[in-house]
Parts: sequence; structure tokens; C-alpha cells
Amino acid sequence: MNDLIKVEGLRTHFFTDEGVVKAVDGVEFSIPMGKTVCVVGESGSGKSMTGRSILNMIPYPGRVLEGAVHWRPNGAAPIDLLSLDPKGRAIRAIRGKDIALISQEPMAALSPVHTIGNQMVETIRMHLGLSKSEARQRAVEMLDKVGIPRPADRLDSYAFELSGGMRQRVCIALAVACEPKLLIADEPTTALDVTTQANILDLFRQLRDDMGVSILFITHDLGVVAEIADEVVVMYLGQVVEQGPVRQIFHDPLHPYTRALLGSVPRLSRNRKERLATIHGMVPSPFERPSGCLFHPRCDVAESGLCDRVMPALTRTPTGRAVRCVKAEASHE
Amino acid sequence: MLTYILRRILFMVPITLAISLVTFIIIQLPPGDFVTALSAQMSENNEQIDPATLEALRQRYGFDQPMIVQYWKWITNIVLYGDFGQSFEWNRPVSDLIWERLGLTLVVSFATLIFVWVLAFPIGIYSAVRQYSWGDYIATFFGFIGLAVPNFLLALVLMYFTSRYMGANVGGLFSADYVNADWSWGRIVDLMNHLWVPVIVLGTGGTAALIRVMRANLLDELQKPYVEMARARGLSETWLLLKYPVRVALNPFISTLGWILPTLVSGAVVTAIVLSLPTSGPLLLNALFAQDMYLAGSFILLLSILTLIGTLISDLLLAWLDPRIRYD
Repeated sequence: MNDLIKVEGLRTHFFTDEGVVKAVDGVEFSIPMGKTVCVVGESGSGKSMTGRSILNMIPYPGRVLEGAVHWRPNGAAPIDLLSLDPKGRAIRAIRGKDIALISQEPMAALSPVHTIGNQMVETIRMHLGLSKSEARQRAVEMLDKVGIPRPADRLDSYAFELSGGMRQRVCIALAVACEPKLLIADEPTTALDVTTQANILDLFRQLRDDMGVSILFITHDLGVVAEIADEVVVMYLGQVVEQGPVRQIFHDPLHPYTRALLGSVPRLSRNRKERLATIHGMVPSPFERPSGCLFHPRCDVAESGLCDRVMPALTRTPTGRAVRCVKAEASHE
Repeated sequence: MLTYILRRILFMVPITLAISLVTFIIIQLPPGDFVTALSAQMSENNEQIDPATLEALRQRYGFDQPMIVQYWKWITNIVLYGDFGQSFEWNRPVSDLIWERLGLTLVVSFATLIFVWVLAFPIGIYSAVRQYSWGDYIATFFGFIGLAVPNFLLALVLMYFTSRYMGANVGGLFSADYVNADWSWGRIVDLMNHLWVPVIVLGTGGTAALIRVMRANLLDELQKPYVEMARARGLSETWLLLKYPVRVALNPFISTLGWILPTLVSGAVVTAIVLSLPTSGPLLLNALFAQDMYLAGSFILLLSILTLIGTLISDLLLAWLDPRIRYD
């Protein structure tokens, strides 16, 4: 397969005073050219830090312990992004140009004291080496592309003068301004209301079709996944528990966690008297990780003596899926 | 922006008026008027004063007329003729006494302000960016010492060391040759040679406080998503640090302009006495002790107005620096 980026054996831990938080602990997946991969998981499942690890941008006191991020933008020999100096020139030339980040909080992602144009022109000039007026021209085109009315006027606006949806559009314009090959969107619709959310999702689809950009879409919202994903990666406590094409994940989930997640989505068609299914228990504290399979204390099909002893490996199936569950392997063989 | 400036300046008019009223009330607070105080002092020294002179003075200040008329005479004399009244302790017009003192106060204030900024800015940034490093701990240690040591003690220690080990006399702002000389290049150099001691003494506390403020503010800002997003756009660490979070954390620096004057005037009296600085603080204190009310009142009035101007300048700078303020 023509993979743009391939993440292998990624382990990113945070060394805090209270102990080690294994934010990402054995993640692997790849993103094909021009496809959208959704990373799904609850809060604290390590999905955001997976995105940051790809950019080699782990905040203190975190550190990537192991793993590789093979970046292969044009079929040439892949570069391991994690082997680059996180503050060095090589990775900075990739950040913002080839791989762009869109954050969860459009409210805070733009500088409060600089105009939108200032930040866009700065980025465009740095990566594309255009003159000031050319960069301004390009910034206007980009704002227009993401559907901002009167883009030339907006360039001199400050972030606080725009609504949340408009700010997220500006952030997207900023991210795609240098025509990146990969867009890492970290819960880009979480802070927005439902209507705006739908518009922003449309915008993502349009950008993918127009620019052929690959998207790593991080979300906890299965509704959003169904809308936008080609491939789905389900994460639990820093591990990939299941991975596969979106249709198969939704119609034939292999991992009990995926099944439980899908079961807890409210549906309008459901009987009103029926209670919404929930996953029992809580996400365990990062300092008290369960033994064996990390999900077994909350799992319906867990078998004592087996699931609480052995950590299952991520096993690939012949159909291009992967699952980390002893029971699933058994049932599908 | 223009309307903001205009509005801001217009607001100053009623405040100035209120300040002048309060000042006038302070002048009137001690029992008896200036003329009775003067004749009492004269008779204490067994001197005679011509009743006609006293009467002329009464006329001039309108002491036999209602308060509001007296206020009007006092304020119009100041505004139109620069006549702040008479200091009976010094037997000279107040305006002769205050200008040089005020000027030197301003010189000391601004030298201190620049000293504080130049030190606190880089150290504060360093302390935040390298939080919990050795450098940060050292800065924090000296910062707390700077905050905790009273100025007068620091002044005494500095004076002791400079006179003992450098053989220099550091009292005052001028050496004996220049105290009463006219302004000349030599006098300026002499001033600079003396200025550093009061600047260090007066600036240490402020520097320590600003380092803490800068560190805390910048630590807050460094966590904000816009910093991470700037990094994700590929900006270099130094550039993005100075352009984004430092710029936002800069506001308290500008605000110091507003409060440095009043603290220097009121808080620096003890230091000024210890270092025998010819600034306004000691003279104001003496005037209050001696109930030399025209002198005291004039200082209070002018220093309040200077504080107002300082606040205005810092507000305008803040509005220029931070669009969120000017669009309010």
C-alpha cells in the first residue's frame, strides 16, 4: 500500500513527580496517501499525544521512548521523524509545511495580540519563500478557500473579533496554507456547536478531495468518525486495540471495547424506555494500569486466569484489520 | 484608537480637579492659616512683623473670604502664574524649592525604571523557560532576598561597602563641588557617578517583584495552545518565544510605568533620607512635620499629577501593545 506515514511501536511516556504516565504505549498504524484515518478513544487514551509524537513535539516532561515515525512524502526513502532533533531545522522545515496541526481549541490557538494576516504571512513566507505581498495574496486565497467571507478584510482582524467557527476556519486556512501532505486534526470540532461542526467536517472533506491531503483525525465522537473516516484506529490507555476500514469497524467490531463504544452511542430509533448502554467502570488511573489486557476489568467477555494475566498482542487479520484481544482471535479463527 | 486616547485624556480632567480639591483641603487641615502660623513663628523668634505686611498676605490669599474663593485664588495662581504660595519654613516661594527636587526625582525614577526593566526582562524570561533549572533557583533565591531586604538596610550596606572598599562617598546625588553648581557636562557626569547607588537600592525590590511577575505570566502563556500551534507551524523556539508568549506577558512591564512614581515618592522617603538624596520625598516629609502646608500641598499636587500622567502613558502603551484593550 502507498503509505504516507507509518508509525511503529510508538511509546511516549510522561515522567511526572507522581509517577510515569504511559500516554502512548505501543501504537502502530499507517496513513495511506489521500486518506483520512480517525483515531478514536476516550479522554486519556493517548490520541492527542500520538498526534504530537508524529510532529516530534512532546511537551515536557514527556519523552518518546521507542518507536519510529516513517515519513515518506514522495516515494523516496522514508525519514524517521523521531530521529530528528525536536528543535532542529530539519523537523521545523516539515512542521507547518508538510505536516500541519489543527488544534482542539480554536479560541486559544491563535495569538491574542497579532492579526490573522500576521500569523499567516509569517508561516507562508517562512516555508514558501514568497515576498510579503505574494504571501498576503496567498493568505487571502486560503481564507477564501476555507469559506471566510471578505477574506481581504479579515486578514487584518484579530482572533477575538471572530466567532468560534470562523476561528477554526482560520486555523484550517493557516494549516493548509503551505499545501501540507498530512493534516493532523486534534478534535477540531469538539469545541464547536453541532451546525458549525457539520460545516467544518464538510470543509475537511472538500480539502481532502481538492488538495489530496491525508488527514489524521483525532476524535472521541463516533458520529464524526462515521462521517469522515476511511480507516479507524481505536485506542485505549495508550494502546491500539483495534484498527480497520470504517465500514468493518462499524458493522463488525472485533474488540469488546469497540463493541461497547458503539453500543453506547445514543440513537433516535431506539426505544425510549430503554436505557443507554454504558461501559461499566471507569478509565483506570494512569498510575494503576491493570495487569494483562488493559481493558479486562471493564470487559464483558473477560475470562479470569486468561485476560488478567496475558497482555494480548496486536494481531493482524488477513483482511487488513488488526485487533488486540485473545477472545476475538479465538472467535475469528 | 484615537477615540480611546481622547476619552482617556478627558477622564483626566475631573480626576485632576478632584486631586486639586483634596490637596487644598490638606493645606487647610492644620488649625489657623498661614499668616497666623507665620506671625506665631516670628514672635517665637522675637522678631517683629509689620501688621501691614500680614494684612497684604491675607489679602493675597483671600483668608477672610469663603473657602471656595480661597481655593479659586490658590488654583488660579498656580495655573496662571505658576505661583504655588509661600513656604514659611524656608521663607521662599514654593516654586523656587520644588522644581529641581521634582526634576531629580524624575531622573532617579526613570533611571530606576530602566534598571528594573533591563534586569527583570531577561531574567524573568530565563526563569520561566528554564523553570526549575539551577539558573531559575538562583534567580528565585536572589529575587526573594531582593523582595525581603528593606531598602534602607540595603542602602546602608551599599554605602558601607562603597566607602570602605572603593573609597567613594556615595551620599547624595552630587559631590560637594557640584551640589550648588549650575548644570554642566561635569555635573551630569557627577550625577551619573552618584546615581547608581540609589538606583540599585530603589530598583532591587521592583526588579525582584517583576522577575516573579514575568516568570509567572510567561509560565501561564507558555502552556497556551497558540504557543504550541506556533511551534507546529515550524517557527524556531527563540523567535516564537519572543514573538508570542513574551509579547503577551509584557503587559505588567508597561503597567509598572504607572506605579513606579508613587512608590518611589512615598516608599523611597526612608531610602532618600539614608542616602541624603535631594529628591522630593525628604522635603515633603519635612514640610509635613513643620506644617509647611503650601510646600507640602504643592508636592502632593504635582506628584499626584505626575502619577496620573505616568498611568496615562502606560495605559496608552498598553492599548498600543494589546489590541484587546483598545477594542473594548
